[in-house]
Amino acid sequence: MVNLIQRLGNFVIANVEKLGKTGVFLGTAIFWTFIPPLKIGRIIKQISFIGVKSSFIVILTGSFTGMVLTLQTYYGMEKFGAEALLGPTVALALIRELGPVLSALMITGRAGSAIAAEIGIMRITEQIDALEVMALNPYRYLIVPNILAGIITFPLLASIFNVVGILGGYLVGVQLLGVSQGAYFGEMVNFLGVKDITIGLYKSLSFGLIVTWISCYQGFTTSYGAEGVSKATTGAVVTSSVLVLVWDYFMTSVLF
Amino acid sequence: MIEVIDLHKSLNGTEVLKGITFKVVKGEILALIGKSGHGKSVLLKHIVGLIRAERGKVLINGEDISQSRGPAREQLRKKIGFLFQGGALFDSINVFDNVAFPLREKTRLKRDEIRERVLFELAQVGLSEVEGKFPAELSGGMKKRVALARCLIMDPEIMLFDEPTTGLDPATAKSINNLIRETHERLKFTGIIITHDIYQIFSIVQKIAVLNEGRIELIGTPTEIKTSEDPFVKQFFLKGDDHHEKI
Repeated sequence: MVNLIQRLGNFVIANVEKLGKTGVFLGTAIFWTFIPPLKIGRIIKQISFIGVKSSFIVILTGSFTGMVLTLQTYYGMEKFGAEALLGPTVALALIRELGPVLSALMITGRAGSAIAAEIGIMRITEQIDALEVMALNPYRYLIVPNILAGIITFPLLASIFNVVGILGGYLVGVQLLGVSQGAYFGEMVNFLGVKDITIGLYKSLSFGLIVTWISCYQGFTTSYGAEGVSKATTGAVVTSSVLVLVWDYFMTSVLF
Repeated sequence: MIEVIDLHKSLNGTEVLKGITFKVVKGEILALIGKSGHGKSVLLKHIVGLIRAERGKVLINGEDISQSRGPAREQLRKKIGFLFQGGALFDSINVFDNVAFPLREKTRLKRDEIRERVLFELAQVGLSEVEGKFPAELSGGMKKRVALARCLIMDPEIMLFDEPTTGLDPATAKSINNLIRETHERLKFTGIIITHDIYQIFSIVQKIAVLNEGRIELIGTPTEIKTSEDPFVKQFFLKGDDHHEKI
């Protein structure tokens, strides 16, 4: 019994310690964000890596999400004769919830794992130590560009996801199911407010911070060997995805 | 000058360094030898401030790097070049950019001047033709040479070598050792070299320190170490002889 309590205690202490280190890591990264000079070249490179190179997968998932959402919504609304509200329902679901969350999960799978692997390999091959020995700050060169790129690209990609999703919904709802084009877009304009769009953008922005922060942290604290990098990439994807969903709930309850 | 005073460090509950004290005077190279896992690399990382000491001091020209932070530590690190075991070249950029990296980040030199310096350093390490290649396209020996060029481009006063010949074939190892000797004759840096090539370094270094279980077992000139009656040192050199004969 004592052994069990001891193990539980060790587990709690280890996790609290890890949480503290993760927080200190973010604090240090934020500190270095405000210390010039920013590495503009690296930020642009990471915007291209996280943003441009994720756009295809975001467009693909966005279009199919919009299409299936329209199908399911139409099925329900048809029973109440409320097909005219198909457009705003799809748009609200996408802009407030599905766009930010699903695009964040897709980017986590594609770019978050790659960020963790790249920084992890730099750690185990002593490239991060080499930066430090050259009196260059690794946060400035590796962490800050990734976090800034995440904050910039996530809202943009979520917006692309939303637009493509609404167009996918238009294809299915208007072209296939016969809802009138005027009702689909007209009602959307009536029901959608600026607040809905800003809520979605705030969510994406915070997801951008969460995913890049966790992915960078996992890579930066990689333990030695190939197994360490493998654990870091898995940890980056799993932790980021869970945190995105948990944080999404808190943001929705606060911003509702 | 490098001075290590009563250095202690524990890693994962095991005491790795148990009160290390030694001094390397200006212009001298000290070889650090000992069995694997006895704290040689940990000691070297303390000297460059990558690991913080639990107790003791590491003085670089009289300033304690183990307690320094921020700009003060940056100033000390600018004086030091560190050749990592695997080279630690940035694998996303080519050889030219790797060597030019410290100059671009730490100086205000113009593009032409940087190019001239990089090509000069690459020529010094015998690699004039590889500037456009990426680290993954280079052999182990070439990586070490490029890494040495990257270290030397900032004209360090102090050079630290972490097993520069480990994993290389005997001929390449010999050429790297010769390169270190020639570079030292040219630049007169103060240095510490961790190595297992006991016999090859006799002609390069002025002093040898033997590390055993976190303590300096013996320190002296190559001749003093070679003729020492210390049982650990004798046993260590006996194994070195076997290894040497096999090669």
